[in-house]
Amino acid sequence: MKELSNSVCIVGVDESDEIGSLPNVSQLSLHVQASHNAVRDAGLKMSDVDGIFTAGQHSPALLGEALGVNPRYVDGTSVGGCSFIIMVGHALLALHHGLCDVALISHGESGRSGCGVTRARDTSLSGQFENPYGFGGAPSYFGMITNRHMHEYGTTLEDWARVAVSTRAWAGLNPKAKFRDPITVQDVLDSRPMFYPFNLLNICLVTDAGGAVVLTRADRAKDCAKKPVYVRGAGEGTDHVFVTEMEEMPLSVATRNSGKKAFEMAGVSPGDFDHVMLYDAFTSGPPIMLESLGFCKPGEGVSYFEDGKSTPGGSLPINTNGGGLSYTHTGMYGIFPIIEAVRQQRGECGDRQVPGASLSLVNGMGGMLSAAGTIVLSNQK
Amino acid sequence: MSVAETAQPLLHDQRTTNTKRGRNTVELKRPLPTPMTPEAKPYWDGLKEGKLMMPKCDDCGHVFFYPRIACPSCHSRSVGWTQASGKGKLFSFEIAHRSLNPAFKIEAPFILAMIELDEGPRMMSNLINVDPDPAVVKCDMPVEVVFEKQNDDVTIALFQPAS
Repeated sequence: MKELSNSVCIVGVDESDEIGSLPNVSQLSLHVQASHNAVRDAGLKMSDVDGIFTAGQHSPALLGEALGVNPRYVDGTSVGGCSFIIMVGHALLALHHGLCDVALISHGESGRSGCGVTRARDTSLSGQFENPYGFGGAPSYFGMITNRHMHEYGTTLEDWARVAVSTRAWAGLNPKAKFRDPITVQDVLDSRPMFYPFNLLNICLVTDAGGAVVLTRADRAKDCAKKPVYVRGAGEGTDHVFVTEMEEMPLSVATRNSGKKAFEMAGVSPGDFDHVMLYDAFTSGPPIMLESLGFCKPGEGVSYFEDGKSTPGGSLPINTNGGGLSYTHTGMYGIFPIIEAVRQQRGECGDRQVPGASLSLVNGMGGMLSAAGTIVLSNQK
Repeated sequence: MSVAETAQPLLHDQRTTNTKRGRNTVELKRPLPTPMTPEAKPYWDGLKEGKLMMPKCDDCGHVFFYPRIACPSCHSRSVGWTQASGKGKLFSFEIAHRSLNPAFKIEAPFILAMIELDEGPRMMSNLINVDPDPAVVKCDMPVEVVFEKQNDDVTIALFQPAS
């Protein structure tokens, strides 16, 4: 993969027209809005799109139909919220081989309002082996990983709370973020108990939103509307689905494998990044991801959130859009950290712009650290 | 097997199903395990007899959970069953102050438990007969199985601190 580093660029990104609580916008419409907005951001026409990538309830075939595109190439990899990050790598390969020329990765999810949504899937395993005990919803599983981390490494409720505080500080600088008022560690500790070790402010939002990303080969990217952002590396991994089967709990094998591939392809190491986006469905996620990616030893990930290091003006800004914790989280959040990293690399972020950002990490999980995607993005080759 | 021989068990099944439906709406505080899969039947049958049965690979001896028709360690298709001791440790837990599952009606707080059995596999359950307090409930504390009958068809495996 190393020879494909920088061969493909992200040239368009955007959200749906609005994000937040949208009871009158169907899930499919969120997709269509985000796709149109991202294609326009790229300075391209919808008729230029010939590769469609999406995960979740809608197949790429349906999305193509809804958009009026008859794609030459489709990908419906669905391994949780990181699927869109993984698809950057898949799109890179398809573009490189000429299977498509303009790739559209789209996400739309009416996660809060359920507008235009039906649910039907195989629930035989959770139905037999988890639901009878009161499991249900991501917090009832991710806390298991978190409690084990606290047991093995001595991490504390205050450590996790600092992640929420840092992320909220960034949200305060993002006009699109749902919650923007600053919070303190004590606010997190005093918020409503949900699933120990998590209180309400340790858990992400549930919103309605769409997001989309457009990619093309580097030679064509020069003709697009905005400064191209190069995909320097991409990697993916999967581990377990059920938390009981998590191989190295509380660390994520999927995260580690995805990072290793992406870093090798890009020829970078963790210390090279000046901007980091991590999938924060829960406050304990980002530190565990940093540990799994090899930024630090197991148990030391929380140190990245101490002393303002991760906050505006800090030495390593993390989750500068305000994250799933304070900006938006539909359910499959993975498209949004890509959008933010591209905007940071373009220098479009206004008050929350990381000065001189030139190398962004995007890492996301699917399920409970079950799957992972990592990409390395830069405004320079 | 003749039609005459199968008639009685079928009628019996029919009767218990009807009875179960009646009770479900009135008494049950937990969602019953559903849909039960054929490969898990020995697990559920064992619980009814007070036995915690685990799938065990005939070829490599790996004991695993949840039930699958092939060994996830050596990929053998020859999988049998073994009775677990019912002893293990609390690998991790959460103290739930609510349930996001509307069919689960046991009053919060309750303890969501990930049990690691002495035989190796991990399984989800509840830890009962203990204060739902992080000062008391600790990872790696020794636990033992408690069988809790839900109705004539279903018994589940819960765990309590080891005596």
